Amino acid sequence: MIEQFGIVWHARDLLLEGLLNTFWLSALSAAVSLVAGAMLAAALMARNQLLSRATGVLVDSMRCVPFLLFAYMVYYGLPSLGLRWDSWTCGLVALIVYNSAYMAELLRGAWRGLPAEMLEAGHAFGFHGAGFVRRIVLPPAIFAAIPMLGNQVIQIIKDSAFLTIITVNELTHAATVLQAKYFMPFASFVSALLLYWVLCVGVERLVGLVGARAELRR
Amino acid sequence: MTEYDWISLLQGALVTVSLSLAGIALGLPLGLGLALIRWAQVPVASPVVATLVSLLRAAAAVTLGLLVFFALPTIGLSIDPIPAAIVTLTLSTCAFNAEIWRGALVDFSREQYDAALSVGMPKLLRFRLIVLPQVVRAAMPALVNEMTLLVKASPAVAVLGVVDITRAAVRIGANTYRPLPPFLAALVIYSLVVFMFVLAQRLVESRRRRLAFA
Repeated sequence: MIEQFGIVWHARDLLLEGLLNTFWLSALSAAVSLVAGAMLAAALMARNQLLSRATGVLVDSMRCVPFLLFAYMVYYGLPSLGLRWDSWTCGLVALIVYNSAYMAELLRGAWRGLPAEMLEAGHAFGFHGAGFVRRIVLPPAIFAAIPMLGNQVIQIIKDSAFLTIITVNELTHAATVLQAKYFMPFASFVSALLLYWVLCVGVERLVGLVGARAELRR
Repeated sequence: MTEYDWISLLQGALVTVSLSLAGIALGLPLGLGLALIRWAQVPVASPVVATLVSLLRAAAAVTLGLLVFFALPTIGLSIDPIPAAIVTLTLSTCAFNAEIWRGALVDFSREQYDAALSVGMPKLLRFRLIVLPQVVRAAMPALVNEMTLLVKASPAVAVLGVVDITRAAVRIGANTYRPLPPFLAALVIYSLVVFMFVLAQRLVESRRRRLAFA
């Protein structure tokens, strides 16, 4: 058993490359889907009934699909609509679009929880439209939603593991390659799980730090 | 999509639902057990459980499934895809359940516990009659939420070769060269399954409310 982990250590470059890919995939999707989610949240809260209803249906249907099914839709479905991307682009797009819906829902929840006086004060100062959302609503809403947003980032990291099925070279994929090469499933997958753990604990720490800062600013 | 394709999708749905239900049935009590170990602050076991839960919460279902399916045979436990799928789903959901249960237990009012103590209720009775019913009620919404998350994590069993809704849809798409219709059908089926859980929770809650007021 110990020798197996020795072999993993010997072939660590393989796993570390996978870890790095998982990290970038998740970080990029988290950042982009947060921005997209903020826009969707604004659409959800729009006074225009048609816009908010249509966005609501879109967001809700996203929240009913398992991520793997959605990734398949992007990977196998888009070519039949004439779009042909490689597995990396498909995986990234799937992660971003899928999680934007969740981010939107989280931000909408935080938006709903903001005190009405603050929003009215914003209106009274002449803020409206995009400026109102960006300067009055989003800063406190994002701070309030930070723990949930952190959980969603962890969910993104875990969902990115599904991308091994559409052959994206991320951490689980690297572990599979490692286990196929040396036939030592236990050490390979346990190492992968530990690396996922490191990533997720890192996110939790970051959330704690940002939360403490937010508390100070208040 | 032919009639046969619909049948295979529905068979996939049966697999998804039964695997999820098995995961829930095993994961709920297991999660409660883990939460109780932490709640009672059992020496040695409590920090071990805390670490294990943290590790499992960070574990991607796909990776966990691969570990269970490929690593157990190397220590002499050969395991079929279906039991491996159930073990995977149970492990990944029980960690989240444990946290939910623990949250409800921590929030439980101390006064009631002390009141039960003051009338001399034995430990087991105290837990069963006073703590458990209220903890179940407090934890229910979060637990149902976790159940729907489990349904959404269940396609991970595809890596073990189990044919669930997602995999059935992929097969149909590969056979017909038209992947979108089966995927959309799968989306509808998943939505129905998720909705079923939410509906069941609403029914249980409204019944309980009626009983409470009666």
